[in-house]
Formats: sequence, C-alpha cells, structure tokens
Amino acid sequence: MANSWRRERWDSLRLLTPNWLSRLPGQDYDGPDPDGYMTTGEVVDFIERFALASRAPVRTGTEVTSVRPADGGYHVATSQGDLLCRGLVLASGACNLPVVPELSAGVPAAVTQVTPLDYRGPGELPDGGVLVVGGSATGVQLAAELRRSGRPVTLALGEHVRLPRLYRKRDVLWWMDASGVWDQRYDEIDDLNRARRLPSPQLVGTPERSTLDLNALTELGVELVGRLAMVRDGVALFSGGLRNVCSLADLKMRRLLATFDEWARAGGREDEVGPPEEFPPTVVPAAPRLSLDLRRGEIGSIVWATGYRPDYRWLDVPVLDEKGRLRHEGGVVDAPGLVALGLPMLRRRRSTFINGIEDDARAVIDHLVR
Amino acid sequence: MTTVDNGVNVQALLDAREALKGAPEAAQFTWKATAKWENGVHSTATIKNFFGLGAEQSHKQETVFTADHPEVFAAEDHGITPIEYLLVGLASCLTAGVASVAQNRGIQLRSVESTVEGNHDIRGILGADSDVRNGFNDVKVTFNIDADASKEEIEALVAQSQKRSAVYDALTNPTSVTVEVA
Repeated sequence: MANSWRRERWDSLRLLTPNWLSRLPGQDYDGPDPDGYMTTGEVVDFIERFALASRAPVRTGTEVTSVRPADGGYHVATSQGDLLCRGLVLASGACNLPVVPELSAGVPAAVTQVTPLDYRGPGELPDGGVLVVGGSATGVQLAAELRRSGRPVTLALGEHVRLPRLYRKRDVLWWMDASGVWDQRYDEIDDLNRARRLPSPQLVGTPERSTLDLNALTELGVELVGRLAMVRDGVALFSGGLRNVCSLADLKMRRLLATFDEWARAGGREDEVGPPEEFPPTVVPAAPRLSLDLRRGEIGSIVWATGYRPDYRWLDVPVLDEKGRLRHEGGVVDAPGLVALGLPMLRRRRSTFINGIEDDARAVIDHLVR
Repeated sequence: MTTVDNGVNVQALLDAREALKGAPEAAQFTWKATAKWENGVHSTATIKNFFGLGAEQSHKQETVFTADHPEVFAAEDHGITPIEYLLVGLASCLTAGVASVAQNRGIQLRSVESTVEGNHDIRGILGADSDVRNGFNDVKVTFNIDADASKEEIEALVAQSQKRSAVYDALTNPTSVTVEVA
C-alpha cells in the first residue's frame, strides 16, 4: 500500500499541496499543522488511515503482472494468483518510470547518472559537481538540496512553470483551488495535449513555506544554463534560449496571478488576502554557459529530472497511442469496462492532486456502473 | 468586433497543423541553396527549389544572394558577409512569428521594426586566439512594435515568436552539420 511513496521517492520530499488541501473522501486533515506539507512518511500514514476507514478489500504485497481481455471483462494475473473482473480501474499513476533522454548515451562512463527514482539524498552521489537536468518541481528541489550540501550545481532547463509559494499571504494552491483554476475541465481546455504534458510547477513544501524559483536557486549559488541540447564528444551543449524560456515563465506567472487578483476583486474576497504583490523578473546570467566538459572530472554526476511516464507494460489491452500514452476521454478508456484515474488533467486540473480524486472517481464509477 | 488583419492566413496554418499530425512524412521538408565561387571571398548563392509535402516544390522566382567581405577585411564588398545572412534569417523569422502569433491572438499590428546585432570577436576566424570562437559571442534583437495591445501582450508575442522560430532554434541549439566533397 502506498508503495511509490514508501520506496520510490527521495528522502526530503514533501507534498506540494498544503495539509488542509490534502483530503480524501470523508477524510480531511485534522492534525496540528494545516498549512504544512506532508512528508512521504505522513502521506503513507494518511493513505493507510483511508484504507482502514474505507475498508476497501486491498490485497497488499500483490503485484499485477498482466491484464488482458477475457469473456465479458478482464483477466488479471497477479503474483498471488489470477482474478477475473468485469470493470477495471487503472490507478497505477503517471510517475512509474523515469524519462531519460536518449542523449544520455553520450555521457562519459566516469560520470554517475541517476534518476529521481534512484535518488535518495546528496550523500549517495559521488564527489564533485552535479548537473541537474530539468526545471520542474523535482529538478529545482534536487538542485537546491544538492547545492545546500556544498556541491557545485548546474541546472539545465527549458520551458518551466514558475510559481511563488505564497501569493498575497495565501498558499498559491489556495488560489488555484478557491479561484476555480483547478476546476477547469479537460473538455474546456484549448490545447488538452499540452495541458496534460505541462511540467510540475517550481514549488517545494517546506515548514518555512518558502518560494523555490530560479532566483532563489541563483541566490543559493546554482548556475543556470539552457536546455541540454546535445552531448558531443563528451561535452554537454546547452541551448542559448534560456532567456526566452525564463521570459515565458515570468509572463505566464504574471498572467495567472492577475487572474487571481481579478477573481478576488470580482468576488469581493479582497479582505481574505494580503495586498497585491509583484515578483521581480527571473535574473538570467549575462552570458549563460553554452557548454560543459563532462570529461574533466568537474561534474561527478548527472541527475535526470526530465520527467516520468506511466508503466503499462503489464497492460495487454490495445488502448495506448503511438507514443505509448493511454487513450481516454476524461478517464473513460476505449475498451469496455476500463477506466483510469489519477492522470494529469484526467478530467480537471486538480486530477493529479490527492483532493482531485473524489469528483473524478464519482464520474468514472458512474460510467462503469451504467 | 473589428476584424484583425495582419495578412497572415492563420486558418490555413492551423489546418496544416491538424493535417500533418497524422502525416509526419508529408511534414519533412528539405530547403536547398546552391553556391558558386566568383572570385576572392565573393560568392553567389541561388535558391529556387525545395522539397516538401512529399514532392519537389519551387519558389515563384529564383533569388540570387551575393556574399563578400567588407573593405576593412581587404575585400571588394560585392555584398554582405555570410554571417550577416544569419541576422537576416533571424530577423525575418522572428518578424514572421510576431505577425502570425498576433493574427492568431487577434492583435492588430501597425508597425513591427527590429534591430538585430551580432557581437563577433573576429580574432576567432583569424586564428589570432584559440580561446575565441568563430561565431557570434551573442546576438541581441530589439523590437519596436506598435499594436493594439498592452506592453505585456506585446512581450508575450515576442516570446512566443521565439518559441516557434526555426532560425532562433537553429542558432540557439547545436545542429549536426555534414560537409562532404562530392
């Protein structure tokens, strides 16, 4: 139960969502720190409590090895024997396997390569500098943690999502929730494919509720470089387009915060929040580094924070597209009795957050029982 | 509502995007220039044909470009230097992007002007210092745009035009180049 939270996440990870917003059907947070962020251990406890309260017949320690169509349903092979079912919910998540770009093949053998699924903490990496590739929540969190451990850190990043942790004295996810942004439905979005592929925002859950944007990383001494474009003869080459991806992220953040302001004004909620705030633009180095020699020993390891993908190797049902993604319409998969939950933007922007499951689950279960 | 017209047929582009989603082979284009040495560092390059949508295609007319070096390089200056053609390419690509994105976003443009500057330490090409690269050290583009839009919307247009620019990408990212003797 809660296997990925137990075994597949790094030690310092906390949820990006504040505790008060981490709720499951009938189980709101009732601890002493509603504005805090759960550690992975606390998430495990939270899920175990829900399992106990809901008394769902969970078979723990059971691995599903294959699912294939059978008469009127599906045949499920597991490490503890076979099952037959009429309806099946795919809730195995979006982050089962790391995505590592093919160019990693050109990295010299002396450089250790890790993914966030293997990484536990700075102590496990070899001595020397670290190149962190990827500017989502994972990339910025690991870059900060590695830099604080005393290592030189270079962060290579392309398009990213900048957010302040707090805006007008409220958690930015309070705004997402309250203003209705998180309720935007999959069938109301212009470019659904893009929305589903959006990297996670540059956020971290810490007791200090601090912002972890690129300016914070620069202040820590992390060196920012453009997207890793190629490794040629053992030299990493970075895009010269760092300034524009930072401008795009600044513009998008300001646009989002302006919609929050507008919502607060229109709904008469100004008294609940602090005064409007402005954030300085992302400071980009005057001449960002365009190459980094990986053969010189300066870089001891590379962390590939380049995303995750779901693992469907056990799913013997033809429901994946040419890129290996699950084809579904708001969670309804194009195979009788098969539905999905917990994928990015499955039915709403909140679909991948713990509190997003309730409405999504109702909708797909309604479909299943129809 | 007034109709925005920047002269870009955005609908055709959006239709092409949809059509090519299911036909990646038709989306493979090859652009082609042929060049000929004249004398000294003076050369001419000609562009007429290209390949795309699964067939040979042609421009309405052939265009000839003259390249040379300036007199301060002890040359005859029959035309601009090759590296200046990169500035031409970048400026026209970003400008086309601004017009297309503005059309798609319903923003009427009145004027779009830009200055593109490439800073170049020529000790690289002269072999005077092996630590200096041959190409630009950096490139700066400054846009002056008059449009029915806020400053922020104009900044977003310029950012989006970089995001979708072929020449911007070709300049900012490494590209594998093969040069052979036939």
